[in-house]
Amino acid sequence: MNIHLYLWLIPILPFVGFLLNGILGRHLPKALVSTIALAAPLAAFLVVIRAVLTAWPGNSSVALPYVENFAGSWINAGLLHVDFSFALDQLSMVMLLIITGVGFLIHIYSVGYMGHEDGYWRYFSYLNLFLFFMTILVLAENYLLMFVGWEGVGLASYLLIGFYFDRKSAADAGKKAFVVNRIGDFGFLLGMFLLLFQFGSLSFGSIGANLAAHPGVEGGIFTAICLCLLVGATGKSAQIPLYIWLPDAMEGPTPVSALIHAATMVTAGVYMIARTHSIFDRSPFALATVAIIGAATAFFAATIALVQTDIKRVLAYSTISQLGYMFLGCGVAAYSAAVFHLMTHAFFKALLFLAAGSVIHGLGGEQDMRKMGGLRKQLPVTFWTMTAGVIAIAGIFPFAGFFSKDAILYEAFQHGTLGKTLYFVGLVTALLTSFYMFRMWYMTFFGEAKPDAAQSGHDQDAHAVHAHESPWVMLAPLAILAILSLVGGWIGIEKFGEFLSPVVGPVIDPALEAGGKNLDLVLSIVAVVTALIGWYVAHLLYRRKSDKPAQFAAAVPGVYRMLAKKYAVDEIYGYTVVKPLVLGSQYILGWIGEGVIIRGSAWLLAGVTGLVGELLRRWQSGNLRSYAAWLAAGAAVLLLLAASYAMGASGTGIHLNWVGR
Amino acid sequence: MMNAIPSSWYLILSALLFTLGVVGFLIKRSLITVFMSIELMLNAVNLSFVTFAHEWHQVKGQIFVFFVMMVAAAEAAVGLAIIIAIFRARATLNVDQIDLMKL
Repeated sequence: MNIHLYLWLIPILPFVGFLLNGILGRHLPKALVSTIALAAPLAAFLVVIRAVLTAWPGNSSVALPYVENFAGSWINAGLLHVDFSFALDQLSMVMLLIITGVGFLIHIYSVGYMGHEDGYWRYFSYLNLFLFFMTILVLAENYLLMFVGWEGVGLASYLLIGFYFDRKSAADAGKKAFVVNRIGDFGFLLGMFLLLFQFGSLSFGSIGANLAAHPGVEGGIFTAICLCLLVGATGKSAQIPLYIWLPDAMEGPTPVSALIHAATMVTAGVYMIARTHSIFDRSPFALATVAIIGAATAFFAATIALVQTDIKRVLAYSTISQLGYMFLGCGVAAYSAAVFHLMTHAFFKALLFLAAGSVIHGLGGEQDMRKMGGLRKQLPVTFWTMTAGVIAIAGIFPFAGFFSKDAILYEAFQHGTLGKTLYFVGLVTALLTSFYMFRMWYMTFFGEAKPDAAQSGHDQDAHAVHAHESPWVMLAPLAILAILSLVGGWIGIEKFGEFLSPVVGPVIDPALEAGGKNLDLVLSIVAVVTALIGWYVAHLLYRRKSDKPAQFAAAVPGVYRMLAKKYAVDEIYGYTVVKPLVLGSQYILGWIGEGVIIRGSAWLLAGVTGLVGELLRRWQSGNLRSYAAWLAAGAAVLLLLAASYAMGASGTGIHLNWVGR
Repeated sequence: MMNAIPSSWYLILSALLFTLGVVGFLIKRSLITVFMSIELMLNAVNLSFVTFAHEWHQVKGQIFVFFVMMVAAAEAAVGLAIIIAIFRARATLNVDQIDLMKL
């Protein structure tokens, strides 16, 4: 049992990369910066693979969950006891493989994509920092350490969204992401306090043991804990009501959108719910809330994505929508289905973002799909890989998205009346998803080429005139991810669920249900047909350049305007939350707090000190005789006091009894 | 000796000398006179030391007087040197004009 998995190496390696590039990167040649930046996640990936192979459930040499305490006790105060300990189990294995594997691919891609950017070293040091925190998040064995990673990925996300900090919109988007996430983190913190109050511990293991020891206790405090944690999850995973930061986060470089805002960080909320599922299972109300939030977000974001014209924004809203699916999966207690979708989504959404980045790169920075078209010939590799991603996300057999989405929808359908309702919401969302993804696909790659596209891009230098295919260093990750998007789902939910079941509980296996096999088949066919209908509608409207979409939009102007304005949610939040806060800060905190209390007390203190000083300085005349006079006067006063005291004490005056002897 | 001059007379003389020293210190402007007033105060104290030592048959008072005389000698040496230095630098010994240390 002396097998050591060296889990601590997994976060530390990217951290070393961050330190090297962050401190020295400015002075290092570009090749060395890339080498360091790529070596760190690769090494971490290899450590993960070694750990997974060693601890594979079949090889029972290591008992899962394997807990590694790498730095002893962290906090030890009274009843509160928190360790720096990492845990490896089936769930964190899946997450680690996604994070370091997809993360490494995106690092490779970034070498090509960020090649001509200033601050190349800064970009890679942030990216490595992100991997450091993200691996801490999934490795943590207690909520507090997880929270460290949770906050840390928020920081890395903020830094990378605001990477082009000289552009005001990017800096604002970074701030928005940070502040909105902070609201969610507040919920997470409250949830942790409640956990501490209820269980006296923050360790997953001891909370799980405590829950197992008290079966049948439901609702009440568990509902409160779950709802608080859910607020945290909606913040990080961009769900209603805190999703508003994710579309703006597209201001960051595209590989960042792929890594942080599609594949890994935003799935932290789903991971957290799956990790805490034993508490969620005790609160049907909280689970129903999760499911409703998930389904509502999926539908809501999909409708917004229908009319977006910025290629990255379409993908951003589709990410929100897909995260909604994962929440729906968690909400119907099908955690392994949710994690399955998390995995396939990481593949195809990273692929879609990277392919979109390749298109943007090829057009010299153009992101508006209306100015694209006919790129099929110019960017063949990008076209084919993106096609794989689009088919995968639309959920068409046999691509990865089909299996995971189908699993979630099947589980939802099996989950009572509420589940059936949400199933139909999910089905409609699948239709919308298929439509807007193929709309994007047609607008970008089909139709006639627009020669003015590249020229009207933001810079008009020579390389922007002709759309050009990206270098191999960007295409290779695309190809790998395309293959993963195809085969990633073939393992099937049954096997995947069985693998995860020690951590997140068993999943309903259609083969074991009465009539489950047939129902599963029917639902799968329905889902695929729905996706094909979406494709067909997109084909009718966007295959050829026509005014059909415009006519369609003109037919329902109110709806179109509402969608184009994204339901004005940003504006509503602006008026109901941001503006009162700003005004409150300005008037209450600014005038009363700062003006009266802080400034007033400072002035009072300074004024009194000055006045006293002005009075006292008159004593310091520098005149020797005045000092001597004060000295003499002081001595006289002391003498007088002593004499009067002695007189008072004896009552009869000083007896100089030796006088006259 | 028992019927000689009573001790209180010595003490009264000591007090008078001390007061004279204080008044001289306060009202005289010449640094030399101020310095002499200090010596006067020291010796007034010496006188009362000796008186008390005699009165209570304690030799400590006598010893203390020697200490004071020694300190006074040292003080005279240092003090006069300072006075000469001040005079050379400022060409005056008026204490009212030697006030460079005020704020």
